[in-house]
Amino acid sequence: MVDKIIIENLSLQYSDGTESLRNINLGIHEKAVTVLFGPAGGGKSTLLRCLNRLNDLTEVRASAGRILIDGENVLDPSTDVIALRRKVGMVFARPVVLPMSIRENLTYGLELEGEKRRSKLDEAVERSLKLAALWDEVKDRLDDPAIALSGGQQQRLCLARSLALQPEIILLDEPTSGLDPISTGKVESALQELKKEYTIILVPHSVQQAARTADYAAFFLQGDLIEYSEGKTLFTAPKEKRTEDYVTGRFG
Amino acid sequence: MKRTPTINRHLTQRLGFTFITLMAIATVLPIVATVLYILVQGAPAISLEFLAGFPHDGMRAGGILPAIIGTIYLTVGTAIFSVPLGIAAAIYLSEYAADTPLTRIIRIAIINLAGIPSVVYGLFGLGLFVLFLNFGTSILAASLTLSIMTLPVIISTAEESLRSVPQAFRTVSISLGATRWQTIRRIVLKEALPGILTGVILGLERAAGETAPILFTGAAFFLPRLPGSPFDATMALPYHLFVISTQVPEMPIKIQYGTALVLLVFVLTMNLIATVIRSRARAKRQW
Repeated sequence: MVDKIIIENLSLQYSDGTESLRNINLGIHEKAVTVLFGPAGGGKSTLLRCLNRLNDLTEVRASAGRILIDGENVLDPSTDVIALRRKVGMVFARPVVLPMSIRENLTYGLELEGEKRRSKLDEAVERSLKLAALWDEVKDRLDDPAIALSGGQQQRLCLARSLALQPEIILLDEPTSGLDPISTGKVESALQELKKEYTIILVPHSVQQAARTADYAAFFLQGDLIEYSEGKTLFTAPKEKRTEDYVTGRFG
Repeated sequence: MKRTPTINRHLTQRLGFTFITLMAIATVLPIVATVLYILVQGAPAISLEFLAGFPHDGMRAGGILPAIIGTIYLTVGTAIFSVPLGIAAAIYLSEYAADTPLTRIIRIAIINLAGIPSVVYGLFGLGLFVLFLNFGTSILAASLTLSIMTLPVIISTAEESLRSVPQAFRTVSISLGATRWQTIRRIVLKEALPGILTGVILGLERAAGETAPILFTGAAFFLPRLPGSPFDATMALPYHLFVISTQVPEMPIKIQYGTALVLLVFVLTMNLIATVIRSRARAKRQW
């Protein structure tokens, strides 16, 4: 397995002192689902937002360390963050569709970089919707407002929207936290398909989801990485007592 | 005996509501009365000659065309300066400015700008635009003076409607590889536009109706012709109304009220447009 992302000695503290990361070292494998889990406030979302530099929008007091994606340190100030965010797609906890049609949501990112050719855009719309398992449900109403979709459909649209940019890495921050079990199942099975082509990092909304989806799993507690291993090892035979306590539901 | 307090509470409530309702009606009455009175008094004056003709016989007869055209010029002139400046300032304050002492000073300045009496703007305009910059008593000087007066309204309503666009749209847009400016132009401005337009119209409406700021800067007592360039002075409806109401003896009253009616219709039409834009946008809004 190749490490797509190598996180070295990453530390971060927000200005308001809320969440932080302490000296994280982690290698994330290519074309697999890596799950970051643990109680709230553990630093999982913070770590995700470092990977696509979305933390640039937040007031960060101090940060240190490196994140190498394909060997390049993306935390370096000279990094082209626009290119980085195209390479590293993100899906948020609450489905946020942009106030435009389904089609426009999908072509938004491509049009930003100047793609105007209708054939290219149509192709991207169809491809990304199929990958997100939404094509059959919306193919006849692509010009309807995206807000008219159900919550589950909106979240898959958000997934498709990231996929339209043909990223290499997809970050998902509790993508199913607001969804019903059926919609959750659809998102999870889409991820199982996607991992053949993409490197996926998922913050799950429950331990059960973590166990269901993880090829690799990392357990975070209050800004520390406690344990990291293959999913089946971590959920059946954790080495750390704290991991075991959390996985078996003794706290958290 | 136990029921008495309940009855009292109901009675108090009913009295309270009656009082509040009466007060609410009381606020509507003066508005309705003013509009009706001006309509009744002014309507007989309205004719094609009144709207499209020049005043004659010492303004005691004829039309008010130069004043109507002048007010349109001043409103457009004010828009040219205040709209781009106001929207740009609002974008800066809402999207770019961090909470620093500088931005706090800017905000306080804007709030205080809104509280300055309009005649003070007039005096300031006289000093800066008419005399110092040597624009003379002109449409240009008057428009600039009105622009400064209008800016706080435009900036604060525009900033408010920019801020009301959900933060999540910005985050998503950035995460899709948009620059900040692309996000503002394609998402934030588009969604905030109806609110911004409403503020712009309300600000310009106030500019159209003001007398004091143009008194020293651009308004003419009487002009036998239409202004030919931005450096000419102009007649304007509010000032004309002031002139014919106080400065001209033996003025026919219906011309005064006719002028007031035209000004009122001008301003209320702008108000109506703002209301239509706002309600349409609300119906179409997707968040």
